[in-house]
Amino acid sequence: MVTKVNLCGIPLANPVVPASGTFGFGTEMASVYDINVLGGISLKGTTLEERFGNECPRIAECPDGMINSVGLQNPGIDALVSEKVPQLRKIYNGAVIANISGFSIDEYEKCCARANGCPGIDIIEVNVSCPNVHGGGMAFGTSAEAAASVTAAVRKVCTKPLFIKLSPNVTDIVTIARACQDAGADGLTLINTILGMRIDIARRRTVTANRYGGFSGRAVFPVALRMVNQVAGECSIPVMGCGGVSCASDVIEMIMAGATAVQVGAENLRNPMVCKQIVEDLPAVMEKYGINDINEIRGIV
Amino acid sequence: MKQGLFTIKCNRQVADKVYLMRLQGDASAFTRAGQFADIALEGRFLRRPFAATEWDDEGFSLLYKVVGEGTDQMKDLREGTVLDVLTGLGNGFDPSICRKSALIVCGGLGASPAFSLARQLVANGKKVSVILGFNCASEAVLAGEYESLGAEVTVATMDGSMGIRGLVTDAIDATGPEFDCFYTCGPKVMMKAVCEKLQVPGQASLEERMGCGCGICYGCTCRTAKGPRRVCADGPVFDKEDIIW
Repeated sequence: MVTKVNLCGIPLANPVVPASGTFGFGTEMASVYDINVLGGISLKGTTLEERFGNECPRIAECPDGMINSVGLQNPGIDALVSEKVPQLRKIYNGAVIANISGFSIDEYEKCCARANGCPGIDIIEVNVSCPNVHGGGMAFGTSAEAAASVTAAVRKVCTKPLFIKLSPNVTDIVTIARACQDAGADGLTLINTILGMRIDIARRRTVTANRYGGFSGRAVFPVALRMVNQVAGECSIPVMGCGGVSCASDVIEMIMAGATAVQVGAENLRNPMVCKQIVEDLPAVMEKYGINDINEIRGIV
Repeated sequence: MKQGLFTIKCNRQVADKVYLMRLQGDASAFTRAGQFADIALEGRFLRRPFAATEWDDEGFSLLYKVVGEGTDQMKDLREGTVLDVLTGLGNGFDPSICRKSALIVCGGLGASPAFSLARQLVANGKKVSVILGFNCASEAVLAGEYESLGAEVTVATMDGSMGIRGLVTDAIDATGPEFDCFYTCGPKVMMKAVCEKLQVPGQASLEERMGCGCGICYGCTCRTAKGPRRVCADGPVFDKEDIIW
């Protein structure tokens, strides 16, 4: 049973990757299970400077999902490359994906340059789709021109595989995906969270301190799958499918829709063992459907 | 942290809206009083965090108050129901800050996480005074249990229906307990008042709405004097001088 996939020249033992923001900096779960079972790990979104993020409450539960408005809390790129990645590298041999955010093209560029110079990082994933920060994040991912500008700028400083993480909060994701591909992206990750809100009726205010937040979890899987299918069908660069994945059969669906690797996000928050369980379940699910090599089903739908 | 399946051995009301749940299973991940469990409930996307009141070789128990849809669902769970639970979460209280005598000040269900701490301190030969604050007698929990540990217990209620009438800080003044450190758990305003009043080393157990409960999502971060800290994984217990109220 072949589960190995190749992501822009980086070999992954399997396609399962915890998504940025749902697995800390990778080391947190190492005392609970051997994280080397994971094909890759996408680290918590990092900006040039340290950020506290939004005020609490940052979490709102929803049917089959949740809203988060963490707001890119992170220790800054210096701490990522000098502490977090070296700590993870001591215990982890799989693909390390740095997730980079910014508030200006200049900041994206500086941050990516630092990540590119860090030997422990294999892939750089640029987040142009965070819905929880003002004046940056998603603003760069909701127009093809802005997404292309960020991509072109970071491309100049990245020799490592460069993925752009796309927002679903757009009318036509394919146009934006193509613009990133044309501007030099090596791959695309999609989808980030869907902008949402919850109201606490008794208190007559929003549940999260930040009015809106990013909706994710099982409920978004069909939307994510559709967008992965659209983008993978129209672009030639690999796609990491993300959004609502909670089990091994979801991974198979994502790959059939066209994904090369599959990220698991909100499900980690309800079940911190889920990535390990998916990796363990994957061969049996492949066998059930007569799949010998995970790569043979890519994009068949 | 450990994930495991636990069987409900008991789930009964012990005070107004307050229930005691006893769960049988491997509770070995609990090492310190003040740590918590995160319980998955059918049909709810996120787990619910609850401090362990006490634990042993057979399992652990917790107290919960019905305040929302999740706890409302919990109160109807029957004996024999199996739950998926993460155990041994958070840092817990540090008993080593106590030299000879400790004061434990709790409000409402804050009495739950400090219970095992009191037992451990008594077992270590420390003198333990406990102040338990409630709105009224019908909400009171664990007063008898703390007494049976050998702690000196004072109850304060806002309406005077049990013990001293007034706040826990009034009860501290009224009883003049002897202590070289304190531990507190309860409403934030109460803990703030306690931390500002008592001029000895102390720890408070904070609460925040959580996502994962195990440090991977950064959904429950608070500001501290040492920088941002995750309530679930770096806390919930913090030294009083580090807390920014």
